[in-house]
Amino acid sequence: MPSTNTDFDQSIGLTPGRTFLTSGQKVGQVFVGFGLLLLLAAAFGSEALSPLRFFASGLVSLAFGLAIYYVPDLTAPTTALSSGERVGLGLFGFGLLMLIATLAGLGSLAPALFFWLGTGLVTLGGLLFIRARYAGRPGGIRNDGVMFSNTMSRGAVGWLLGIVFTGFYVLLYWFPAALEGLIRTMDPLSWVLHGKPADQWFMYGTFYTLAVLVMGVRALYKYRHNRYQRIRTFSVMFFQLVFAYLIPSILVLFNRPEFYFSYFWPLKYNYLWPSDVQWLMSQPGGLGVFMVFWAAALSFIATPILTYFWGKRWYCSWVCGCGGLAETLGDPWRHLSDKSVKAWQIERWMIHAVLVFVVATTAVLWINSATEGAVLGGLSGAYARVYGFLIGSVFAGVIGVGFYPVMGSRMWCRFGCPMAATLGIFQKYFSRFRITTNGGQCISCGNCSTYCEMGIDVRWYAQRGQNIIRASCVGCGVCSAVCPRGVLSLENGPREERYNGPALITEDLTILTDEDVEAGAI
Amino acid sequence: MHIVIVGNGVTGITTARFVRKMSDHRITVISAESDHFYSRPALMYLYMGHLTYEQTKPYADDFWEKNRIELLRDYVREADVAGKRLFLSSGAALSYDRLVLATGSQSNKFGWPGQDLDGVQGLYGLYDLERMEQNTQGIRRAVVVGGGLIGVEMAEMLHARHLPVTFLVRERGYMDYLLPPEEADMVGRQIRSHGIDLRLGTELKAVLGDEEGRVRAVVTSAGEEIACGFVGLTVGVHPNVDLAKASGIETNRGVLVNRFFETSAPDVYAAGDCAEFREPLPGRKPVEQLWYTGRMHGRTLARTLCGRRTPYRPGVFFNSAKFFDLEYQTYGDVPPALGPGLRTLYWEHPNGDRCIRINYREADGAVTGFNVMGVRYRHAVCAAWIREGRSIRFVLEHLGAANFDPEFFTQFEAEVVATYNAGHPEAPVRLKRKRGLRALLTH
Ligand SMILES: Cc1cc2nc3c(=O)[nH]c(=O)nc-3n(C[C@H](O)[C@H](O)[C@H](O)COP(=O)(O)OP(=O)(O)OC[C@H]3O[C@@H](n4cnc5c(N)ncnc54)[C@H](O)[C@@H]3O)c2cc1C
Ligand code: SF4
Ligand code: SF4
Repeated sequence: MPSTNTDFDQSIGLTPGRTFLTSGQKVGQVFVGFGLLLLLAAAFGSEALSPLRFFASGLVSLAFGLAIYYVPDLTAPTTALSSGERVGLGLFGFGLLMLIATLAGLGSLAPALFFWLGTGLVTLGGLLFIRARYAGRPGGIRNDGVMFSNTMSRGAVGWLLGIVFTGFYVLLYWFPAALEGLIRTMDPLSWVLHGKPADQWFMYGTFYTLAVLVMGVRALYKYRHNRYQRIRTFSVMFFQLVFAYLIPSILVLFNRPEFYFSYFWPLKYNYLWPSDVQWLMSQPGGLGVFMVFWAAALSFIATPILTYFWGKRWYCSWVCGCGGLAETLGDPWRHLSDKSVKAWQIERWMIHAVLVFVVATTAVLWINSATEGAVLGGLSGAYARVYGFLIGSVFAGVIGVGFYPVMGSRMWCRFGCPMAATLGIFQKYFSRFRITTNGGQCISCGNCSTYCEMGIDVRWYAQRGQNIIRASCVGCGVCSAVCPRGVLSLENGPREERYNGPALITEDLTILTDEDVEAGAI
Repeated sequence: MHIVIVGNGVTGITTARFVRKMSDHRITVISAESDHFYSRPALMYLYMGHLTYEQTKPYADDFWEKNRIELLRDYVREADVAGKRLFLSSGAALSYDRLVLATGSQSNKFGWPGQDLDGVQGLYGLYDLERMEQNTQGIRRAVVVGGGLIGVEMAEMLHARHLPVTFLVRERGYMDYLLPPEEADMVGRQIRSHGIDLRLGTELKAVLGDEEGRVRAVVTSAGEEIACGFVGLTVGVHPNVDLAKASGIETNRGVLVNRFFETSAPDVYAAGDCAEFREPLPGRKPVEQLWYTGRMHGRTLARTLCGRRTPYRPGVFFNSAKFFDLEYQTYGDVPPALGPGLRTLYWEHPNGDRCIRINYREADGAVTGFNVMGVRYRHAVCAAWIREGRSIRFVLEHLGAANFDPEFFTQFEAEVVATYNAGHPEAPVRLKRKRGLRALLTH
């Protein structure tokens, strides 16, 4: 029985957890030692192995190690670890060391070996850790200790992870040369899938897909009592692996244009930009034409229809890769989204501004192309690059994912994604989707609002018996899953009476609908 | 007019909100426990780390000023009901035109030897939660006494902190004074499946302390001594009538009120947990200590306060709870033992972790109550069926409309109908509706 397992006695705040503190410090020491080793190796650098890289990655390891050693919060665990979890974490940590080693350039020496030692062990360690944490315990909502966790609630680990994620994106977008060693470890895989050496995007795609898969396994375990969550998680894992990773790779392998069938304009803005369209149309065979047709059809025909029937969730929490990463890798931080009315105002303003920006960019590009550059000339290219830089890179990547551990998992989806903006407008005004509340059963506990990754104050509606129809709701279903009183249900149905509960309940004093809704403000 | 409300729980706050909605009266809410309204049923999630205190507040802090509801953090010692004045602990006095007592409940204690030792406590408010945080530091086992709704919550709280829990419950079946035996068994199994050492039919005899006055063990009615560092006493609550008594307002178990929540003193009202109806409503208890009840009281009372004198008329009874992972919802009346003239249709999943029970009258087949565990049912639909006296056959035919589980969950309505049909082979019922909103709206 897990509960009587005295291994867990030293849990959240019950005992200071001395023993773990020291083992945490040992981990710090290992990183420090490894860093010193790399620094030392820098002195013996050669033509093939640049001393600079050794020096830099040595510093990274050293910084890591010192942080772990000296910031007590980083090592004092809020929950004690079982032996299985420790094995998993140990392998994960070793894998991390090896990833640092690849950065030093060792990855270029023996790519396959370091692929398995780094990426392989991180994956394996992660999976073992997840298994040890969840398997063999009863399914059900277990957010135990989330608010005490320094990983999940903006503690030291959270901030450290935020820095690491953000740093990774900065290197990836603007200094890919720094990641050379890591990229080389992907060469063997890239040859198989791509038929050519890896570039930074292949490396990124591989990590991205692994993150969705490994953390997807975690989500499958965590929500295993809930069939909606299981199917939905499986769906995002499938779409990421097959549609956003394998198919584009195989297309390249067969000398076809790299194309993501699961991303559409305006999220994948360039798919309907003249440059891409013209390039695709010029491809030999019918494939390029089909791709253009697909992109346009999905954007303009399928999207409204699917959203009409099921709300924006068919895409945002079932298919989309950004959503997929948020629902898997981002799940531990979903409660960090800001629930204030202020945040909601900023959200509406910002996301629609981005939508206008992308529509305008697209329009300008087409006008320019139709007039053969007469309107803007070279300027339209610059305009497009500005969009790509600000929205495509900074927002979607650096802030969107980098800030997961600090600002929650759906920053990009909520504040920046133009696709979410269009889907949201459809969802709000032309959809059969709503979250229904169950009469008067709400106890105003706040679980739903807290665990809504989109920052929707679900309780505000639930406690007055009002249906939830919000443009931003991605239909992840977690509010319904965490509600301890069975109050919330995601449903599709006739559009009449979507805003009220079913008519049956209004006369009843037990339920707060009628007057509450009329009065609006209070 | 100045309306003063004592107590910022769900009753006091609902009253204040609806008074504001209907009028421009000056409203002051005084409470000793917290600056702002928070959700008492969410207390457990604070200790378990699911939520922070901020997240248990149903309204943002600026809500009160925006809606001109004045909040005062103080303890009201006494009301001078003749002079319409309140005396506060801070020494201040406050006059009112109408006074609402929404003072809630207090935890029961039954005079056990050792019940006042360090490390022995109940669970009602924020203060208890703070003590529980301190009292459970560094302990090796906890004992929870009393098998009500708060008891199981406390067991779950301790369990979430990986503390071994022994759970003493007087009754032979868990909450068998409220639940039929099958449901009581199911809850018992659920509690045990989480590794809780549940002792049914066992009472607390005494709490033993060490030299420093801290609990070191309990003695049970079976004579067993169980070493522990913490004892949770969750043996029910009683209405908090301190203020009413000090002010000479008539009380029994609770503050006595009529159907308009009027107490024995002029312009003084009482509602929520602390109120007791002089004449109980048909089929309901004179004191009903529930969140939902407090909310309905507050809403009704607000009308009276605003000059639309309205009697309390609750709809069909409903309640819900969660026992570890087992969700429970009930609609209408489901007594622990079947009364005369009643029949019951009970279906249980072979795994023993879900059930659906429908009670109905033998004479005309009208349904009277639902119990569901591990399944969610729609409040509106079940209440309407009961209110309209729909027959069991009608209900079974349309049972899908009551299903409120998330999408893709297995639906068990066909099994329920099959269970019924097994007992009525001569006239089987056919399930016409699966779940879905269309079914509901065209119903
Ligand atoms: C742990 C726990 C879990 C629960 N879970 C559920 C549940 O799941 N479902 C359900 O239906 N019910 C539940 N309940 C019961 C529910 O919380 C109560 O019925 C409800 O809170 C009562 O509301 P109230 O406003 O009448 O009183 P309270 O919420 O008790 O508010 C009264 C307030 O008045 C203050 N007060 C009292 N006297 C004075 C004075 N003289 N001066 C100043 N202030 C004063 C008190 O400090 C208190 O803050 C639970 C209760 C507890 C303790
Ligand atoms: S409202 Fe519920 S379903 Fe919608 S995004 Fe928030 S948690 Fe997910
Ligand atoms: S809807 Fe459920 S989770 Fe949300 S506040 Fe109400 S009871 Fe809590």
